[in-house]
Amino acid sequence: MTENSPIISVQNLSIGYEDNAIMEKLSFEIEKGDIFIIMGGSGCGKSTLLRTMTGLLPAIEGKVLIDGVDVVTASEEEKKNLTMQYGILYQSGALFSSMSLFENVALPLQQYTSYTAKEIQKIVEFKLALVGLAGFEKFYPSELSGGMKKRAGLARALALDPKIVYFDEPSAGLDPVSSKRLDDLILEINKSLGTTIIVVTHELPSIFAIGKNSIFLDNTIKTFSAKGNPKELLKNPPNERVLAFLTRGVLNETRTK
Amino acid sequence: MEVESLQVVSDKDDDKVTVLLSGDLTDNFSVPSKYIFESLKGKNQLILKNNGITNWSQQSVITLYAHLKYLSEHIDVKLQDLPEGMARLLLLALQVPSKKSESQQSEENFLERLGTKGIFIFQRFKYGSVFFKQIFASWWHQLTGQAVYRKKDFWLALEDCGPRAIGIVSLISFLVGLILAFVGALQLKTFGAQIYVANLVTIGMMRIMGAIMTGIIMAGRTGASYAATIGTMQVNEELDALQTMGIAKHDFLVLPRMNSILLSMPILVLISDLMGIFGGGCICVFLWDIPLGEYIRYATSAFSLDNFLVGIFHGVVFGFIIAACGCYFGINCGRNADSVGKATTNSVVFAIVWMIIVTGIITLICEGLGI
Repeated sequence: MTENSPIISVQNLSIGYEDNAIMEKLSFEIEKGDIFIIMGGSGCGKSTLLRTMTGLLPAIEGKVLIDGVDVVTASEEEKKNLTMQYGILYQSGALFSSMSLFENVALPLQQYTSYTAKEIQKIVEFKLALVGLAGFEKFYPSELSGGMKKRAGLARALALDPKIVYFDEPSAGLDPVSSKRLDDLILEINKSLGTTIIVVTHELPSIFAIGKNSIFLDNTIKTFSAKGNPKELLKNPPNERVLAFLTRGVLNETRTK
Repeated sequence: MEVESLQVVSDKDDDKVTVLLSGDLTDNFSVPSKYIFESLKGKNQLILKNNGITNWSQQSVITLYAHLKYLSEHIDVKLQDLPEGMARLLLLALQVPSKKSESQQSEENFLERLGTKGIFIFQRFKYGSVFFKQIFASWWHQLTGQAVYRKKDFWLALEDCGPRAIGIVSLISFLVGLILAFVGALQLKTFGAQIYVANLVTIGMMRIMGAIMTGIIMAGRTGASYAATIGTMQVNEELDALQTMGIAKHDFLVLPRMNSILLSMPILVLISDLMGIFGGGCICVFLWDIPLGEYIRYATSAFSLDNFLVGIFHGVVFGFIIAACGCYFGINCGRNADSVGKATTNSVVFAIVWMIIVTGIITLICEGLGI
């Protein structure tokens, strides 16, 4: 596989709940090593797309191919193999509150690898150090700030050295400094590990800071209405909704004059 | 037409209607809806014009908006020379069309509602049976060594629903035995058969009351806790994290909880039985002056292994129901705080209802078997 070959291929994907499609016939590809942003307004279906791409929600129709294996129709065995290929950082961090940070990060290693307890300890300590949480192994999620929880969640997502890491609204609820720190961390992981990063967000500073490629989900037409580098899209917006989104503008929908 | 500070001007040859606003709009300002709607028949434009407004309030804007939000969906609405604040508020409110609610879009008739409810109940049964199957699949995974769960979780759950529950179960069972003996003795006294209160309490507690009381306490205490804990995990996306790690949530979450409650229930029922009989003894000895030795003799004679085992069996089944309801409602909880509350309530209500239904079924089976 070459550096620029697609690692994820979304083909004719319709997403939603039961038969109520939020987005229809989405087709796009994400290249290996990319930082791909899925952006759009609140409630447009960004998180639903992410949940469908990771197999948490069934697709109404279509395919999500990761290295040629369809997440939508994968068998249990295939799903298990796919699971090892990607990590997810959830909006809230989704750390298991009854477990310490060490136990949280060690869980996927215990589940999927045959490392000894000592090896697991070393790996966990390293992953936590990568995200700036060295020495926090014995801490519980309730003892951490929002930003630290997200970084710990990222350490867990990176535990198995996945090829892909999904981020669901990584900056949500963070102050600008913590948000910037997380963005820098995403860039660093992408550069140093070559991990393909997929970020669902509507935070403009993050979009412009980290995004190499992006799609803009447009709920008025139930598909994406723009694709490309966010900075390029800002220069040449394909439609006024994209422009309004990227410039925090307000569309003139007034019916009164 | 003129209504206090509002005047409607309409020209037959023109396709617009002008509403002139004047004077103090804070003083009982109202809009003659019917007349305006009639004036607008066949017209395309409504102009709201300032004709000397001296005073206005947010209330007058609310009154105007109530009409304009509907009219603006059908015709062009123009605001002309209105006071700046008033015009701004109206423009802001009318900027985005109001969303039609589901009920406005489609009004369901009785049969449709009945059908929808029927499908909902059928789906609930379907989900319930799938969950039931998954519990047995998890046990199979455990037997075959495939289940992924933390032993620590099992011991923590066992501690929570075992030793930590003994206090409340003992207290309630003692009080139930006390009440049973008091009420029973009151009736038996009329026949001079007060001493048989020992039989009443022993058989009652051993056969069913011990198990029922333990079941109800555990449903409110442990079942609710299961639903709340797992429901909160759902809200915090922890269940998603488990799923995307390829860890079966039924193995990881349900197994330790189910196994611990199944182990602890028989012991709790036994403690409940003994505490109930002890409570009955206290009433007999201290209130009805029955010698302790007599009470123990009658209670021992009333003891039957069948009754005891039926009670223990009830306890195990109740344990299964409590853990199943708690975990089911927790796993199927929505993603907000309100849903956790609902999941907790549902787990307790459904556990108690199913315990009563199952008690009826077991009683009928025992009757048929002559136990």
